[in-house]
Amino acid sequence: MPLLEVNNLRTYFHTRNGIVRAVDGISFSVDKGKTIGIVGESGSGKSVSCYSLLGLLPMPPGKIESGEAIFDKNTDLLSCGEKVLRTVRGKRIGMIFQDPMTSLNPYMRIADQIIEPLRLHMGMDKRSALEKAIHALDEVGIPEPDNRITMYPHEFSGGMRQRVMIAMALITNPEILIADEPTTALDVTIQKQILDLIKKRQKELGTAVIFITHDLAVISEICEDVNIMYAGRIVEKAGANELFANPRHAYTRSLLKSIPANQTKGEKLYTIPGLPPDTSQIIPGCAFRERNQIGDQNKCLTDSRPEFKEIEPNHWAQDCPGCLS
Amino acid sequence: MIRFIINRLLQGLLVLFALYTITFFLAKAMPGEPFTTEKNISEEAKAYQRALYGLDKSMLEQYVRYPINIITEGSFAVSTSKGRPVRDIIAQSFPNSLILGLSALGIAICIGVPLGVISAMRKNSWVDWGSMSIAMIGICVPAFTVGPLLQIYIAAHLPGLKVAGWGSPIDIILPALTLGLTTAAYLARLTRGGMLEILSQDFIRTARAKGVPSNELITRHALRGGLLPAIAFIGPSFAALISGSFIVETIFQVPGMGQHFVNAVIARDEFLLLGVALFFGFLIVMMNLAADILTGVLDPRVRLESNQK
Repeated sequence: MPLLEVNNLRTYFHTRNGIVRAVDGISFSVDKGKTIGIVGESGSGKSVSCYSLLGLLPMPPGKIESGEAIFDKNTDLLSCGEKVLRTVRGKRIGMIFQDPMTSLNPYMRIADQIIEPLRLHMGMDKRSALEKAIHALDEVGIPEPDNRITMYPHEFSGGMRQRVMIAMALITNPEILIADEPTTALDVTIQKQILDLIKKRQKELGTAVIFITHDLAVISEICEDVNIMYAGRIVEKAGANELFANPRHAYTRSLLKSIPANQTKGEKLYTIPGLPPDTSQIIPGCAFRERNQIGDQNKCLTDSRPEFKEIEPNHWAQDCPGCLS
Repeated sequence: MIRFIINRLLQGLLVLFALYTITFFLAKAMPGEPFTTEKNISEEAKAYQRALYGLDKSMLEQYVRYPINIITEGSFAVSTSKGRPVRDIIAQSFPNSLILGLSALGIAICIGVPLGVISAMRKNSWVDWGSMSIAMIGICVPAFTVGPLLQIYIAAHLPGLKVAGWGSPIDIILPALTLGLTTAAYLARLTRGGMLEILSQDFIRTARAKGVPSNELITRHALRGGLLPAIAFIGPSFAALISGSFIVETIFQVPGMGQHFVNAVIARDEFLLLGVALFFGFLIVMMNLAADILTGVLDPRVRLESNQK
């Protein structure tokens, strides 16, 4: 039994311009201590699906239409209510965000922010919590943590702030860490450090990680299982090695083809033409048909949405003849 | 921090000097002169009066002499309409305005800030719509409407409350309400805006992801930043509240300082006018400084910048 099992999650936004189907029936599961990746373009629904799990979406306009997310065998995160959810958030599931510059409270000292989970969930007194917090900062590689902890976020660099975020998210030894594009806002050298840090802490604590990113290089570095998302649905899912060696869906293949490092020098870089479809319109067939250049556009389904099927052992993909050809 | 305060005080001095210059020449530009009355007074008597108050000197000399007298003798000259030193007039009327202004500010903060916070927490609910509509009415309806309404509907029916007058402590209530409700309305709208801005920030989402319950989310994470616009407003508006309001003082017969702003102009009493204008200017400068210091206390980023300068 996996640690977290998400089934058929649908999150819609009811806006003035119609219903945006940001997440439209996705399922994935996370095993203890494992790392799964969720990859997709901006607007493919990867962040929304994780915010839905922790009840962090603004509601309204957001609404979870259906699905379940069974955490630790008996808690359905989607239906358990705010009170139960609050005991999970920050204690058993930690989260780090994309932009470390804005994700820490500029009006509070690092110390007050980092001990907050300990105070709220463990009932620790301030002194022992502070001690633990200093230790946690030390473990994420912040120099002079006992001095640094009394500072404010604006006295830290971006990379340092992301380290603080990681320390804060992991301070309660959560079973799952959701990392929502944790390296996107950082320079490349810092990205590598942060990734290594997440891997190191994961190994030490045995935390499972859900890693959201649009960076395939990051995914190949860190994830065991990969889910490729497109227009609110998962189009392909496999082990990282299998996926990169044997991508089947046209969207995955296009993504891999558009990595600059994989292209011949001097040639024009490959990009996927067009834009992701407008999810406020009902898409009758294959959502990727319009942009499909690598497969056979003419064979793409037009009258029904392709089914998500196990096309090879442990390799799932949307069963659209055009995209798989 | 100390350098910052000294800096700001020097700037304030400059502001006061500019204020003095403008008020001085505007007062000189007023048509008529202080010693004209219904009775026909001989030119000799007028000349004597002018000499008595130093108004016979050249304009430049008067312009220079007034600030010098303030610095050397602490004298703000003598009111031409009342025949008493301006300093005494302010010393006598300001305490009344101060008490009234403080009570009004207390009312404004106690009503405005919580209303703004609640509206922001329940954005677009009927609580929000309701309190913001009332606040809008509070901003739009002038004191000369609110004051008489309070007199008619409250003072006339509650024993102990007088319609007007200034004797027992209970007399503060109605004028303080009249003054405070408008400020409360502004504060409510500013607090709501500030809180909404903060509540949409990423770090609020981080706090929620940590499992912070919603009441702590407001008090610990959002309030400090959300109150900043309100504090910037409270500074100067506090100065205005404690220097008195002509309208409220007239309606409730309060012997405050606000009356002098208007009466000095009517009586062509330039020394009284200069005195109250400069005093009001001084209060504004000080309250703005206080608001800036408070902002620095609440927002660590501001504190650092002022230290570096």
